[in-house]
Amino acid sequence: MAKKHRIEISFDECKGCGRCLLACPKKLLAMGKEINKQGYTAVEVAEPTNCIGCGACFYQCPEPGAITIYEIVED
Amino acid sequence: MSMEKVKFGRSKVFFDPFNRRPGPIKKNMHYCPGCGHGILHKLIAEAIEHYGIQQDVAFIAPVGCAVFAYYYFNTGAISVPHGRAPAVGTGVGRANPEKFVISYQGDGDLAAIGFNEFIQAANRGEKMTIFFVNNTNYGMTGGQMAPTTLPGQKTTTTPFGRNPLTEGYPINVSSLINTLTSPVYIERVALTSTARIAAAKKAVYKGIENLRDRKGFSFIEVLAPCPINLRMTTEQLNDFIENKMTEFFPIGCVRDRSAETAVGELPPATIHEPAEVMAKLFPLRQEGGVADDFRNDSEIFNRELRIRMSGFGGQGILSLGHNFANMARLRNFNVSWMPSYGPEQRGGAASCAVILSRGVISNPMVDNNCDLLIALTQMALDKFGHQLSDNGILIYDRSAMSKPEVKGNQKVFGLDALAIANSVGNPKCANSVILGALAVILKKYAPLTEGDAADYDKVYREALTESFGSKPKVLEQNFAAFEAGKAAMAAEL
Ligand SMILES: Cc1ncc(C[n+]2csc(CCOP(=O)(O)OP(=O)(O)O)c2C)c(N)n1
Ligand code: SF4
Ligand code: SF4
Ligand code: SF4
Repeated sequence: MAKKHRIEISFDECKGCGRCLLACPKKLLAMGKEINKQGYTAVEVAEPTNCIGCGACFYQCPEPGAITIYEIVED
Repeated sequence: MSMEKVKFGRSKVFFDPFNRRPGPIKKNMHYCPGCGHGILHKLIAEAIEHYGIQQDVAFIAPVGCAVFAYYYFNTGAISVPHGRAPAVGTGVGRANPEKFVISYQGDGDLAAIGFNEFIQAANRGEKMTIFFVNNTNYGMTGGQMAPTTLPGQKTTTTPFGRNPLTEGYPINVSSLINTLTSPVYIERVALTSTARIAAAKKAVYKGIENLRDRKGFSFIEVLAPCPINLRMTTEQLNDFIENKMTEFFPIGCVRDRSAETAVGELPPATIHEPAEVMAKLFPLRQEGGVADDFRNDSEIFNRELRIRMSGFGGQGILSLGHNFANMARLRNFNVSWMPSYGPEQRGGAASCAVILSRGVISNPMVDNNCDLLIALTQMALDKFGHQLSDNGILIYDRSAMSKPEVKGNQKVFGLDALAIANSVGNPKCANSVILGALAVILKKYAPLTEGDAADYDKVYREALTESFGSKPKVLEQNFAAFEAGKAAMAAEL
């Protein structure tokens, strides 16, 4: 069975640099409209569970905790 | 039911939150949006976590945008002066060989102001891993030209573009150190595409693995985006790095001797306890000394004593002064010792001024009112003779000159210091011959009290033992020379 994943953006930790959205092979990420606590426009994800868990966005992101990728374990 | 577990997330090697960072933002680093430092920090943190060395990492942060790396890495960390990370890392690593030294540096820090520290550490093959962030400019100070700036690239200090005819070409640091024998691993990576970052991650892991295995010097050059100073978007930066930077900085492994390099042995445990260190350095160190409130009671010590010792280089005249100053120091005098010599190690005029005082010494020069002059050459006597006070004492080497003129109440003593030293088997002991003769002279003419005269011999031995405690034979010869000097002068008087 294929593994399922979920991406989570920590809204206030994103600096809106856009590196992640260029890298996502599934084009799941897009620039949002709202401004976060740090004063940046943060990225948004419409379908977080369409994520394939490749990690590309995580390694592109310069922020330590802006992106977290979860593996969904079924039992 | 389903459960979630983190596949990619914040490394545990980072503090969480970043309490050391001032201000309200405690989850983020201070870097500009899209900065390569953040990407690299994450890779390094992950590798440290992977190899389980977090508790023993000494992370040396540079001057540059990464100066605050210690806000973020929950490891040992030091911020050091500009460019000095490899030098400080050398000290940290050698004093604490069980620790793992990471030096993190920018291209201004490493390739400009700190280039010598860096290249020497590389040449010595220090056991450290250096991450070198090449972003083609001085980031922190607002985008000045760095040694890595490309020809034609505009920076705040090359507003018309770097001109190789006047500013030179970019320095290819990885290639330069590839000419050295010591480095174990050298690789250049780039923080651009996902594939490039994956390769960078591999290199970072290897650098940290080599560190854990104490293999020696590893160097990872990271072509990194500085979107703010280069005023570029991520796409433009990727293009700049991949197509412009690589012309001068080709990506890839430059050297990898990791596999054939043996895992490094941990040297014997370092001794940090001062008393233990002294015992090792000076096994013969003799217990002596006096209480802090000890004061010699001879009248003469109530005023400042001004001494000049002079001869030519190689006669040990500077050591003579140093030994005498040390003797006084061991009896709670304030002392100054000011040597003066030519560039040559042997020959040429050499002299030193020594002052001992119970009060503050405001000027270490002795150019008049000299109380004691020791002259081993005619030249020395000609130069300093007139500075001797009317009540001063002069000791001269009889084999080198005829008896000098005496003025006022001056007392003049000839001595065959070198000949006597030779007779005890070591010409270098002339110092001790003179100190022995001085014991007799001071006792009679200073004069010294009985107690101080006896103490002179004792403090002489303490001072010599402090200097030569690790060389018993040298000590014995000096002690013999001291006694011979005493006997010779006693016979004169
Ligand atoms: C002795 C000294 N000289 C100059 C400076 C000013 N200074 C601070 S950061 C910097 C340049 C750092 O550039 P780089 O090493 O490329 O690091 P980056 O900021 O790009 O990461 C300079 C010159 C300083 N802090 N100390
Ligand atoms: S992990 Fe991969 S698929 Fe998922 S959001 Fe990030 S880049 Fe897209
Ligand atoms: S890479 Fe990180 S900081 Fe940049 S936009 Fe994406 S989540 Fe935000
Ligand atoms: S100036 Fe450049 S190197 Fe410094 S934090 Fe900003 S983007 Fe990064």
